[in-house]
Amino acid sequence: MGLKSFCLKKSLWVYHFAGASCNNCDIEILDVLTPRYDVERFGMQLVGSPRHADVILISGSINQRDKPRLKEVYHQASKPVFVVAFGACGCTGGVFAEGITFAGPVDQIVPVDAYIPGCPPKPEAMISGLSKLMQTI
Amino acid sequence: MIHKMANQRIIPVGPYHPLQEEPELFKLYCEGETVKDIKWETGYNHRGIEKLSESKTFEQVFFLVERICGICSTSHPFAYANCMEEIAQVEPPNRAKYIRSIVGELERLHSHYLWLGLAGHFLGYNTVWMWAWKYREPILDLFEIISGNRNSYAMFKIGGVRRDVTGDQIALARKTMRDLKKKNDLLTKAVTDDPVIHARTKGVGTLTKADVMDYAAVGPTARASGWAIDVRRDDPYAAYDMVDWKVITADDGDVFAKTQVRLLENYESIKIIEQCLDGLEKEPEGDIELKVKEIPEGIGTGRAEAPRGEVFHFVKTDGSNSPVRHKIRAPSYVNIATFKKACVGQTISDATISLAAVDPCYCCTERMAFAYDWHSGDKIYDGNQLVERSRKETERLKNTL
Ligand code: SF4
Repeated sequence: MGLKSFCLKKSLWVYHFAGASCNNCDIEILDVLTPRYDVERFGMQLVGSPRHADVILISGSINQRDKPRLKEVYHQASKPVFVVAFGACGCTGGVFAEGITFAGPVDQIVPVDAYIPGCPPKPEAMISGLSKLMQTI
Repeated sequence: MIHKMANQRIIPVGPYHPLQEEPELFKLYCEGETVKDIKWETGYNHRGIEKLSESKTFEQVFFLVERICGICSTSHPFAYANCMEEIAQVEPPNRAKYIRSIVGELERLHSHYLWLGLAGHFLGYNTVWMWAWKYREPILDLFEIISGNRNSYAMFKIGGVRRDVTGDQIALARKTMRDLKKKNDLLTKAVTDDPVIHARTKGVGTLTKADVMDYAAVGPTARASGWAIDVRRDDPYAAYDMVDWKVITADDGDVFAKTQVRLLENYESIKIIEQCLDGLEKEPEGDIELKVKEIPEGIGTGRAEAPRGEVFHFVKTDGSNSPVRHKIRAPSYVNIATFKKACVGQTISDATISLAAVDPCYCCTERMAFAYDWHSGDKIYDGNQLVERSRKETERLKNTL
């Protein structure tokens, strides 16, 4: 393991991109920061700008309006960046996949490294997903 | 237009920002530190739910409306169930009514804690956030035991509920409520006695009673300004007229009053849940649904009091197995308009908490504003053009009659 990936592994900074979601996934993401789950102990933290991020966590389906913005966020992020599709909506579009404004699942817009399924995924699922992601680094 | 003036600066907040978990764009037009005007843009969250609903069967729509908004994931099915029951002319059994009210009130509790935590976070007071969300966890655990999921419960169906609440679950719910009351005491005292919170929230984002009436605000936003409206009392549904509780109001209309109203409402919710649990023990177990075979042709309206205010559903049916038209109005749709009143004249640092004070929920509120060409992704119509086109169409039809 090189020094770079060693450091990266110890402090994954996460940028949360909320697409056209139902908010449940978003609150579960905030929930893992609070005392019961407390992912900050793994060095994970939510950051306000994609430029600071090592991981882009995408929740919700992507609609026509989000699509160009998602691409831009992906390009803004300094590489390497890991993309995680969160929730049924992030993975496939979920219930909204037949919607009139749906613009394709996340993996057809930007490359995805990990999927965390569930509607919404439990905080434990998110921790497990992120720890699996850490093992691949 | 004011924002063309030379010394005004536009400060964009969003659409993807750490402040609120949903995407939306605020433009604050500022002079120095004072906010002179505010505009907001949504649409990042639009999913076309009303249209989607027309392609689902009546039972499937429950799962769809549940996913309008994750925080109010009972209010929408609640209003929709009220609406469908009006069309089918059925009334669920008492046990189902109690269970519905329990789920609805548990949701209000978790939503108010969630808001309190986020409000603390916006003020830079992360301790409040952490504590409030810690106390929220037992409610979610209870949900998981009752319904199998922490957030989307899938408890409702036309004519009743899907799952019963029995023996152990009732005992656990009672215990959770007892514990929660103590924690709510603690949190209420901590928040209402804290000089920092006083300084940051008193006199900030004030809405007078006349303002909320002008904007037709609903829910805690209206109640904090002294306007006692609550669908649970004004148009009782489920078990709300079978239990004893009161509508909480405050007079000041500032952020502090809104916090107070929500914290005190928690006590009322706990009270309602406890009475409903008593009621459950008197009703025969398993009597939780009426079989509804057919939905006749007709129109129905349903209302429910969500944690943020009144949710309104309208459904038109034609005797087939899916809605012909499904119209949804969520509370944030009217509450968001009060931003203009609450934020203008404040400093930038106070604007964030004034925005957060109405507990806006953009997932509920998204409306169609643009039409895109499916293949090229180009914009064809914006909102006004769509309205214009719709008017022309109506005009044309009128003329042909
Ligand atoms: S996956 Fe489910 S919970 Fe998450 S945003 Fe989509 S509908 Fe909501």
